[in-house]
Amino acid sequence: MLRQLMFIFTLFLPILSLHAQDPEVLIKNIREKLDKINDYQAEAGLKTNIPFLQVPDADVEVFYKKPDKIKIKNEKGISLVPKESVSISLYSLVNGKYQVIDAGSDLLNGTPVRVLKLLPANENADLVLATLYIDAAKTLVLKAKITTRENGTDEVDLSYGKYIQASLPDKIVFSFNTQDYKLPKGVTFDYDDGASKKNETGNQKNQRGKIELSFHTYRINRGLEDSIFK
Amino acid sequence: MWQLLQIELFKIFRKSRTYISFGAIGAMVIIIQAALKYDGRSYIEFLVGGLKDSLEIPYANILNGYFVCFIILNLLLIHIPLLIALVAGDSIAGEANMGTLRLIVSKPVSRTQLMLVKFLATLIYTALLLIWLAFISLALSILFFGTNDILIARNDALEIIRANDVMWRYLAAFAFATVALSTVAALAFLLSVFAENSIGPIVLTISIVIVFTLLSEMQIPLYDRTIKPFLFTSHMLAWKGFFYTKVDAAGSAIPGTIENLGAIMKSFFVLMAYIAGFVSSAIIIFNRKDILS
Repeated sequence: MLRQLMFIFTLFLPILSLHAQDPEVLIKNIREKLDKINDYQAEAGLKTNIPFLQVPDADVEVFYKKPDKIKIKNEKGISLVPKESVSISLYSLVNGKYQVIDAGSDLLNGTPVRVLKLLPANENADLVLATLYIDAAKTLVLKAKITTRENGTDEVDLSYGKYIQASLPDKIVFSFNTQDYKLPKGVTFDYDDGASKKNETGNQKNQRGKIELSFHTYRINRGLEDSIFK
Repeated sequence: MWQLLQIELFKIFRKSRTYISFGAIGAMVIIIQAALKYDGRSYIEFLVGGLKDSLEIPYANILNGYFVCFIILNLLLIHIPLLIALVAGDSIAGEANMGTLRLIVSKPVSRTQLMLVKFLATLIYTALLLIWLAFISLALSILFFGTNDILIARNDALEIIRANDVMWRYLAAFAFATVALSTVAALAFLLSVFAENSIGPIVLTISIVIVFTLLSEMQIPLYDRTIKPFLFTSHMLAWKGFFYTKVDAAGSAIPGTIENLGAIMKSFFVLMAYIAGFVSSAIIIFNRKDILS
C-alpha cells in the first residue's frame, strides 16, 4: 500500500512541483543555472525567413558573453540578422529588476509549463512586458515573448537536446515584426519576370519574420575577447 | 566573305570614334569603382534604407567585387546602347556620307551579303565592347574589392546569392547583354539605311531607346499592360533575371536556381525576333534602294 502511494506521488511530482515553486524562486533557479555560463562560442546553421529577404541557409558562428553581448558572424559570406531579436539575452532578462507575476500553467507543445510575466520596475524602460514559459521540472525557459516600445512583440522559442545540462538550446527560433522594404524602380531598374514577390505575398506590411538558429556545437566558458562583439 | 568582314572590321577600328566607347566605358567604370572604394558604405546604406536600424548590415562584406560589378552593370547597361549606336548608326550612312556606298555596291558582292557582313562587323564591335566592360567591371572589381556573396537590391526585396553561385550568372548575364545590345545595333543599322549621314540614325536610335526605356520604367498601368510587353527595352533588362533566385517553402533562397527562366527565354526570343526584323528590313530596303551617293 505504501509503495502504491509512493508511486502515485512520484507520478504527480512534476505537477506538484510546478505549482509548488514560488515564481521568484523559479526565476532565481534559472538565473543560477544561466549564471554558470560566462561565455560561449557556437557553430550553428542559420535559416532566414523574412518576407523581403531572399537568403540561402548559412553556417554561422554565434558568440555570447555575459550579461548580454551576442554576435552572429558569417565568416564565409553575408547574413543579415535582426539586431533586436537576437540580442535578447535570457540571462539579462532574468537578472533585471522586475515584478514577477504568476500567470498560471499551460501546455507548450505537450510540455506543462509555468507562465511568468515580468514587468520592469522602471516604467520608462524600453521593455514593456516579458512573458516566460518555463519548464519548471527542468528549470528551462522554453519560450519568451518580449514586448518593447520600439519593436512590438518578439518571440523566442527554445528547444533543448544535447546541451540541456548547460541550459543551452539546440535550436532557437526568433520571430519578430518586419518593416516594409521598397526602393524606387528608377533606382533598381528591375526586370519584370512576372514572379514578383510582391504579387505572391500581397501587402508586406505587418508581416512577421523568422530566423532559426540550429546549434551544432558549443564551446563554453573558454573566455572571449570583447573585441569580437564590435 | 571573310575578306569582306576583315575590311569592314578594319573600317570600324580605323575610326577614332570607335575607341571613344571603349574609353568612355573605361572611365565610367573606374570613376564608379573609385567612388565605391571611397564611400561604398553610403551607397549600401541608401540601398538598405531603414533596414539598417533593424538589421545587422555587414557593410565590409557586402562591398565586394561581385556587388560592385552588379552596380556598374545596373548603371551602365542603360547607357551603353548610346555607344553602340555610334558605330552601328554609321555603318551605312557613314559610307553614304563619304560617297563610298555606290563604289561598294558596284563590287561583285550581293547587297544582301554586304549588309550581312556589315551587320556582323557591328556585332563583333558590340561583343568586344561587352568583353571590355566585363573585364574592367568584373575582373578589376574583384581585384580591388575581393569576392564574397552578392547582395541584389530589388524594388521590393533584398536577395543574397552565395559567392560560389555567382560567376555562372555573370557569364549568362553578359551573354544575354550581348543579345540585348545587338538589338540596339540592329535598330541603328536599320535607321542607317535611310540616312545620308550618320548623325541622324545615331540620334534617332538614342531617342528611341530613351523613350522606350522611360515607357518601360514609368510603371503606368495603362502602358504596363499594353505597350510595355512589346518594347525591346523591357526585355533588354532580362540579364538581371539570372540574379533572381527561387525560394523554398520556408522562404530561403535556393542556390543554383533562376526565379523565372521561362521569362528570360521569352525575352531572348523577343529580342532575337527584333534583331531578325530590323536586319531583314534593312536588307530588303537596301536591296530596293536607289543608291545615289
